[in-house]
Amino acid sequence: MTEPMRNGQESAIVVVGLTKSFPGVRAVDGLSFEVRGGEIFGLVGPDGAGKTTTLRMLAGIMKADAGDAWVAGCDVVRDPEGAKHALSYMPQRFGLYDDLTVDENIRFYADLFGVDGGERQARSTQLLKAAAMSEFRGRMASKLSGGMKQKLGLVCALIHRPRVILLDEPTTGVDPVSRRDFWRILYELVAEGVTILTSTAYLDEAERCHRVALVHQGRLLFCDTPANLKAKLSKDVLSVTSGEPRSVRSQLEGAEGISSLVLTGDGVHVVVDDAARRIPELETRLKSAGVPFDAVQRVAPTIEDLFVDAVAGGAAGNA
Amino acid sequence: MPEQASSVVVENLVKRFGDFVAVDRIQLEVRKGEVFGFLGPNGAGKSTTIRMLCGLLKPSAGRAVVAGYDVARSPEAVRQNIGYMSQKFSLYNDLKVIENLRLFAGLYSVPARELPSRIAWALEMANLKGRENLITRTLPGGWKQRLALGCAVLHRPPIIFLDEPTSGVDPISRRQFWDLIHHMAEQGVTVFVTTHYMEEAEYCNRLALIFRGRIVALGTPAELKRDSMRGELLLVECESLGAAVEALQSAPQVTDAAVFGNALHLVVPDAAAAGPRVRQYLAERGIAVGRIEKIRATLEDVFVSVTTARDEEAFEA
Repeated sequence: MTEPMRNGQESAIVVVGLTKSFPGVRAVDGLSFEVRGGEIFGLVGPDGAGKTTTLRMLAGIMKADAGDAWVAGCDVVRDPEGAKHALSYMPQRFGLYDDLTVDENIRFYADLFGVDGGERQARSTQLLKAAAMSEFRGRMASKLSGGMKQKLGLVCALIHRPRVILLDEPTTGVDPVSRRDFWRILYELVAEGVTILTSTAYLDEAERCHRVALVHQGRLLFCDTPANLKAKLSKDVLSVTSGEPRSVRSQLEGAEGISSLVLTGDGVHVVVDDAARRIPELETRLKSAGVPFDAVQRVAPTIEDLFVDAVAGGAAGNA
Repeated sequence: MPEQASSVVVENLVKRFGDFVAVDRIQLEVRKGEVFGFLGPNGAGKSTTIRMLCGLLKPSAGRAVVAGYDVARSPEAVRQNIGYMSQKFSLYNDLKVIENLRLFAGLYSVPARELPSRIAWALEMANLKGRENLITRTLPGGWKQRLALGCAVLHRPPIIFLDEPTSGVDPISRRQFWDLIHHMAEQGVTVFVTTHYMEEAEYCNRLALIFRGRIVALGTPAELKRDSMRGELLLVECESLGAAVEALQSAPQVTDAAVFGNALHLVVPDAAAAGPRVRQYLAERGIAVGRIEKIRATLEDVFVSVTTARDEEAFEA
């Protein structure tokens, strides 16, 4: 089967009806999406959404049960090895050698991918600089922090200048500061024309991608830019700040127009049908009950709000 | 158990490993029934502090009192009065739900005559009644988590330590889990959460941010977002994001610039004043700017702002 043409725009990855089952579970269930050349595309969803399985199939290391997938123009379902030189796959646990130094790990991967002498030197200098790791070339991998290990993994995975990069939850367990470094490298790569497909279980991280596919239990919920995704939520989100969030919640429970109430540390996150109408109503309700609160503000919805709204019906049933 | 308003009192707590000061004179107080978040990057001294508070590691100096017991003098009493749950290591996957509960009851020396009622209570709390015989491995993530919590509180400790309890779990299960936690807190249990996930930090009543062994910020999530940012946050939509970031590194009034999806996030002293200047600055360099908007800081912005500020101080010192 040949790759479908999409209005002249080059697609780096095309996934059509991809399906994979394991005993007792359909891990990936008819998944379809498309990643354009030069974008950062996020495969976003909680544990068990099928993210790792999808990436493995795209990397050509796991066979699909059904469906089609092209990576860098190569049909990876029929020819799993075909895209090998064009792509790089970084699994959750990238195989670094703990008893080798940073430099030695890079040299190992350079040899593996047939990147030699001058090119290897230039590329590793550039990548280590971008990763803010230039001073650590002689350090044993075992002595690196979690965030630095992830960055070294990325450097090794990029040594052969792949056109498409598949990253499986690269920022899991990485603190916010290293996470920001990591994203800076990704943006630099994209500026060079590389295409990145990255998975994450953190819905807030979706905001950093150009476009995202929101997945749940092997199926696609939505696929769009973060801004368009948030605009899809037909409801409004309010934040009630209060020193007594529990009283606020119990007072608002059952109030008209509210579809969700979530207790946070210093307030309540409320999803309503119409902010303009409900804000004064909620304020009156809290005031007359004597519950202290600072403000009821309309806030921008998050991707999490959309996710919860989309799957709440089904998930509420088995909780 | 001694009755008192504060469940955890930490005064000038220090831990040294040789020349390295892992925890440097930290002070904090956690009130009974509070959900308290302890945040920090890897290597900041978070786990060292927790190990001292759990009576597993002796402080080098200072004092910590947990559930009324001094951690240096009565570590054993501290351990009996706390519960501990980490998302990763809490449960035996090959055992049934009920077997995990019995195992933890044994580990925590729950008296035999109280066993049936405690287990019934834990099943009820974790919403796992009727699922006693399921193999733990087969449980969905959210259920596993509630079971791990049930195991950790079988001996009804007044304080429970949670280590990244909901990382990677779907948002609906996570919300249910935190509801459960807040319900326990309402009944007087003190909850001490360690995490570096900002999504979890939002669920805490108060937060302490630890960096290089010191507490660098302390307050409610709203207070931190209001007071701990060095400046305000601007969202800037423009062309050629990479070039724009580079140009803005040397722009006056811009403390920090980072690419964020299809836009930039800038930290500036005053958003209203900086907006037009940023637009002009970029225009002069041939970069067309679209929307510029002041946005609310997230806890992650606070975290990055506070820790990079410390980095610069250390550099200048």
